[in-house]
Amino acid sequence: MLVSILHRVSGDGMALVGLPVLLWWLGAMASGAQAYETFLGHASSWYGMIVLVGLSWAFFNHLCSGIRHFVLDMGAGYELHSNRRYSILSMIFAIILTAAFWAALKLL
Amino acid sequence: MGNGTSIGKVRGFGSSRHGPHHWLMQRFTAAGNLLLGMYLVFAFLMLPDFTYPVIAAWVSSPVQAIAVALFVISTFWHARLGLQVVVEDYIHEAGSKFAVMLVLNLACFGGAAAGLFFLLALVVQGTSGEIAAAASQGAIQELMQGMQQGGGF
Repeated sequence: MLVSILHRVSGDGMALVGLPVLLWWLGAMASGAQAYETFLGHASSWYGMIVLVGLSWAFFNHLCSGIRHFVLDMGAGYELHSNRRYSILSMIFAIILTAAFWAALKLL
Repeated sequence: MGNGTSIGKVRGFGSSRHGPHHWLMQRFTAAGNLLLGMYLVFAFLMLPDFTYPVIAAWVSSPVQAIAVALFVISTFWHARLGLQVVVEDYIHEAGSKFAVMLVLNLACFGGAAAGLFFLLALVVQGTSGEIAAAASQGAIQELMQGMQQGGGF
C-alpha cells in the first residue's frame, strides 16, 4: 500500500511543484542571463536544494513504481511474495538512484 | 447478464466510455516520460556546469530543444491524466468535479503552451547569436572585473 501512496504523492508533487519549476527554469533561460542568475540563486539556495532533491526523489520514485505498474499491467507479479518484493525493491531503487544522481552531479 | 449485484449487471458489456483511451494514453505518455526523462538526466550529468552560456546554448541546439519540447508535452499530458484520476477519486459532486477538471485542463494546456513558447524563444535567440553574444559579454565582464581587482592575468 505504501508504494501506491508514494506513487501518487511523487506524481502529484511533480505535477504541482515540478512542472512549475520546469516552466520557471525555461522561462528564466528564455528571458536572458540575469533572469537565469535569479533562478540559479534560488535553485542553489538551501530551500532550493530541498525542493530539487525532493523533486529528483519524486522523479526516480515515480519512475521505479511506474515500471512496477508496467510489469503488473502485463499480468505478472501478483503473487503475494513477488508483489511484496517488487514493492520494496522499487522504493529502495528510488533512493539509490536519487543518491547516485546527486553524487554523479557533484563528482562528475 | 446477471440481475443481482451491480457488477453482475454490467459484466460482459465492455467498457462504458473513455476508460481504455485514458488508460492507454497514461501508459504511452509514461513511456515517453521514462525515455525523455532518463535522456535529460544523463544530459544534465554530461554538462560541464549550469551557467547561463552553457545551459542556454545546450537547450537551444536542435536535438536538445526537440527533446525538451517533447518532454514538456509528454509530462504535462501525463500530469493531466494523473491528476484527473486524483480528482475523480476525491471529488464526487458533479459540479465541483466539472469545475476542477476545467481548471486542470486550462492549467495543463496553458503550462505546456508556455513551456513550448519559452523553448521557441530560446531557439530563436540561439540562431540569432544572442546567447553567444551574452556569453562573450559575460567573459569580457569577468575579464574587466579581474583587471580592476588587479593582477587579473
